[in-house]
Amino acid sequence: MAVPASVAAETLRTLPGDDVRQVMWRFSDRYDLQMLVQSVRSAARSTVARLVADGARNSHEWTPQKNELLKCFDECGATGVFMEPHQGGFIEGPKNFAMALATFELAWVDAGAATCGLASHLALSPIHERGTQEQVDKYMSLAAPAKPGEDRVPLRGAFALTEPIPYVGVDTGMLGGKVRVAEWEPGKEPILAVEKRGRFITNMGFANFVAAAVDSADERIKGSCMIILEDSDPGTFDRGTPTKKLVHQLSSTSDPIFSLRVPASRIIGGYAVKNGVIVPKYSHDEVIAAVFKHTRVPVGVMTSAKLLSAVEPVIRYQRGRFRGAEQAKPGSMRYELGLQVRQDVLHRLVDVWATGEAGSSLGFATARLFDELDPLEKEKTAILAQKGIAGGKSEFKLFREVNQRAVELVKLRAKPEAERDEKRVAELEADPLVRYAVLDSASGVLCPATKLWCTGNGATVMREAVSLMGGYGITEDCPGFLGNKWMDAQLEATYEGPEAVQRRQLSVCMTNEVFLAQYETWIKELRQVASVKPDTGACELASAMTLWLYTYKHLVVATDANGEKLFQGPRQGVTFPLSDALSWLMAARSFVLDVLELERKGPENAVVAEGLPGLAHFYEDLAHVQCARAAGEVGRICAELVYGYNKHPAWEGEGRKACYAAQELEELEDVIPGIGSYAVDVIGKDGSHPTKAGPCASCVSVQDFAALRTKLDGCLTGSRLAKDRAAEALAKVMIPEALDYPA
Amino acid sequence: MSGYQIVVCGSIVPDPLQTLEPVTGPSGPVLKNELMLPAVLDPWAGHALYEAANLAAKTPGSKVWLVSLGPKAKVQQVMMAVGQKVPFELVALDGPAGGFVDAHETAAALADAVKAIPGIDRTKLLVFGGWESASRGAGATLQILGERLEIHDQFQGVDQIAPQADGSLEILERVEGGQHQISVVAGPPALLGWATGNLPEPRNNPQVGMANMRGIMPALQKSKPAKVGTGDLQYLAVTLPKAQRETRVVKNMPTDEIAREIVEWISKD
Ligand SMILES: Cc1cc2nc3c(=O)[nH]c(=O)nc-3n(C[C@H](O)[C@H](O)[C@H](O)COP(=O)(O)OP(=O)(O)OC[C@H]3O[C@@H](n4cnc5c(N)ncnc54)[C@H](O)[C@@H]3O)c2cc1C
Repeated sequence: MAVPASVAAETLRTLPGDDVRQVMWRFSDRYDLQMLVQSVRSAARSTVARLVADGARNSHEWTPQKNELLKCFDECGATGVFMEPHQGGFIEGPKNFAMALATFELAWVDAGAATCGLASHLALSPIHERGTQEQVDKYMSLAAPAKPGEDRVPLRGAFALTEPIPYVGVDTGMLGGKVRVAEWEPGKEPILAVEKRGRFITNMGFANFVAAAVDSADERIKGSCMIILEDSDPGTFDRGTPTKKLVHQLSSTSDPIFSLRVPASRIIGGYAVKNGVIVPKYSHDEVIAAVFKHTRVPVGVMTSAKLLSAVEPVIRYQRGRFRGAEQAKPGSMRYELGLQVRQDVLHRLVDVWATGEAGSSLGFATARLFDELDPLEKEKTAILAQKGIAGGKSEFKLFREVNQRAVELVKLRAKPEAERDEKRVAELEADPLVRYAVLDSASGVLCPATKLWCTGNGATVMREAVSLMGGYGITEDCPGFLGNKWMDAQLEATYEGPEAVQRRQLSVCMTNEVFLAQYETWIKELRQVASVKPDTGACELASAMTLWLYTYKHLVVATDANGEKLFQGPRQGVTFPLSDALSWLMAARSFVLDVLELERKGPENAVVAEGLPGLAHFYEDLAHVQCARAAGEVGRICAELVYGYNKHPAWEGEGRKACYAAQELEELEDVIPGIGSYAVDVIGKDGSHPTKAGPCASCVSVQDFAALRTKLDGCLTGSRLAKDRAAEALAKVMIPEALDYPA
Repeated sequence: MSGYQIVVCGSIVPDPLQTLEPVTGPSGPVLKNELMLPAVLDPWAGHALYEAANLAAKTPGSKVWLVSLGPKAKVQQVMMAVGQKVPFELVALDGPAGGFVDAHETAAALADAVKAIPGIDRTKLLVFGGWESASRGAGATLQILGERLEIHDQFQGVDQIAPQADGSLEILERVEGGQHQISVVAGPPALLGWATGNLPEPRNNPQVGMANMRGIMPALQKSKPAKVGTGDLQYLAVTLPKAQRETRVVKNMPTDEIAREIVEWISKD
């Protein structure tokens, strides 16, 4: 059906508001979350923004001025977001999505402030995830904001894993912190002596308790653990000197020193005494794995929020750039559009916006996935306990079988309804372990992909946003604090596990068969999307995902020119780029799915419906731009990996054999006229050859790859047209008169 | 005194930071993209609501309703912020809230809604609203509403209400020259069109929000369309008030110097 010209011409009318976000990020029916967003936003755009505008970022110390933030977080609900209603919170059920939304709002203005809020949750997280019931009840309630009429300052926490060099950094096993038995009277609770030095510990300027990772230095304690230290414990609780950070100055960071005596009941998760030895229920590694699984998602969202926050100030700067100049008379293009008459500034802003969208889509999708996964994980733990399986090999063995059924379920779900065996689907879905295996395998990839891609690539793209403001971009006066936001992004890429840690996790989790089965169904799903929404770039993305899968399967079995296996842990040159490529794909996919949701559910909301045709066109174009960018990146990475480990043919030996000899060509010319003009690698009678590295690498074994890559390149068709349209929309969209927070 | 029944009438307006551009729609003037622009509670109605909540908190047995006529989906969005500020019960009417609707039709719809509140008791009733509106300010809606409710004790430009020991209410209304006129009314029913009042905007409190939301969402769901429009009104021309925004970022400028510049700028016109 032909689209009426009036509809085809519809484009973005205003910047997307809350109604649009609620549909895209799926919280239209969550009033608790909508209120949280409003409340945290108002704190961010008043208290936080004023702090930044007043120069509070210009000191390393935790000042009384910065300390206002804590009260502000307590009041607006940002502190309580982590707690259950009976502990003083206000949100029922899992809180990953809520935390991601609150972080998004704070980071929109200042990511340091967002970190300050998050670090409190990070400190509580080990207790929340693995603490005993008493530990959970005690610390969660004491850390909750005071109720009306209650005279109490909430406890603040810090999470201390990282240690001074040469100990814990990326490698969390190199623990220098130690725990020993100080006193152990028969029949009584042992008292432990803890020695721990931290490096770069957030919230240390004011924390009342610290969850610290320590190793046993006593044969009466087994292995490592995480332990809770309090500022009133006997001994030294030295907050240390503030870290001279260049970034996130609205969070407090220092290198603390602890030498304290604490009861053994502070071991997170508790302990048992076996043959006179204290055996912590969880090692520090186990606690950390459970913690970081959740807390890394909001960090990714942080950087993406900043990219989206840059759109409005950049447009305003561009439009007003020449106003007031003699040559720019009101009503002229220069006056009305300013820099926006130039295509490049619009194209680059499209990139900034698309990256911000894709990152947010990925981050929020992952947070929502964890909200689904958390209760299942509890069920799984209970089931395993019932079966008497306590992790390790026996769990691994059990999941070998569960995973088979999970793969079966994934494949069944992907079938058209008519062909699906619903009875079997219901049977498989009835098993919480199967459902757990499906979601857990996806989260294993999506969580590190969020942390890695949103922050790392986000930092690079944030630089583009800064350059779009010209010199203003790198001044303190830049509206939207874009310069700060760019610098800050580097920390977001580093703390809570820098990029290497995420890539390492990705390269392990991408091999999970249940993940790979889902990945294959996602490709099919995208093709279906493409058949109804061809302008979203979904087809191109599906082709890029296909190329990635081919590359992965090839690398798993292939060897390099020296016969060494390619896909293996130590070979980060192979596994890490493949992880990067996968992250690009996951981000673009999430974005496409959110655009689809907008088009599907938008009409149900009167406000969204009002401008939906234009909004949808714009978002399809933006998604298309992102898919094209992802496809380009994936094509490049995969090509390097597939071809790059082969030895280039040389003019000697085997390589030479594949070439035509000049004389041979002359003879063939009689049989196949014109062959001489096609043959590129010809050896002359005197042994001379064309001036280049060697005969072209034919890579016979990966011809399928070449076909897929060529196809992918062809799939880029139309993507620049989409970019042109999106850019044009940015020159027309209506923006507010002024930014809603001080600069 | 067993408490007041305070009914605040207030609707939404586009966020004042947005670009407001009058254009002609199919049934008269509208603001460009109005439905899509973020909205806020009309600031004048906001003052009325916060004063109402304050009075209710100080007078045990009192209750606050907010009667709001506006596009349902937009009112809902605004409630996510306003609903966290003070306790109230929402009565929602679905209809246009722009600056161009007829004050008579709006007042009639509001009067019907107030009358229909279950258990409403004239002997306790205080009707609050803004004496102005950030969208157009017909300057007539509240008066007509009062007449329709047969409330003849009406006060406009109110900045303060103080219950007296004998049950009467002392009310401060703005008059010329920064002065207030002090009146005493024997007691409810009365209608008060608020100026700014004296209270700051209460901060958001998600706990209050969660409690309010139990009533707000059902109210929005069952809100009925209100038949209001431009009536017989004909607009010959529509312009924005002449306003000029000249922003300049200054740092370390003494306040006296800033004040001097502002005075100079104002006196230019
Ligand atoms: C402001 C700030 C706040 C922080 N807050 C906290 C906190 O609250 N609690 C806490 O415990 N920690 C905190 N950290 C510490 C942070 O998590 C670490 O800095 C981070 O984990 C990196 O460790 P590192 O600095 O020792 O880097 P290194 O481990 O020395 O890494 C240096 C480089 O080598 C690479 N690398 C290292 N190992 C590998 C490997 N195996 N494979 C591939 N590449 C590798 C890294 O990716 C990196 O590029 C904070 C840091 C900062 C700067």
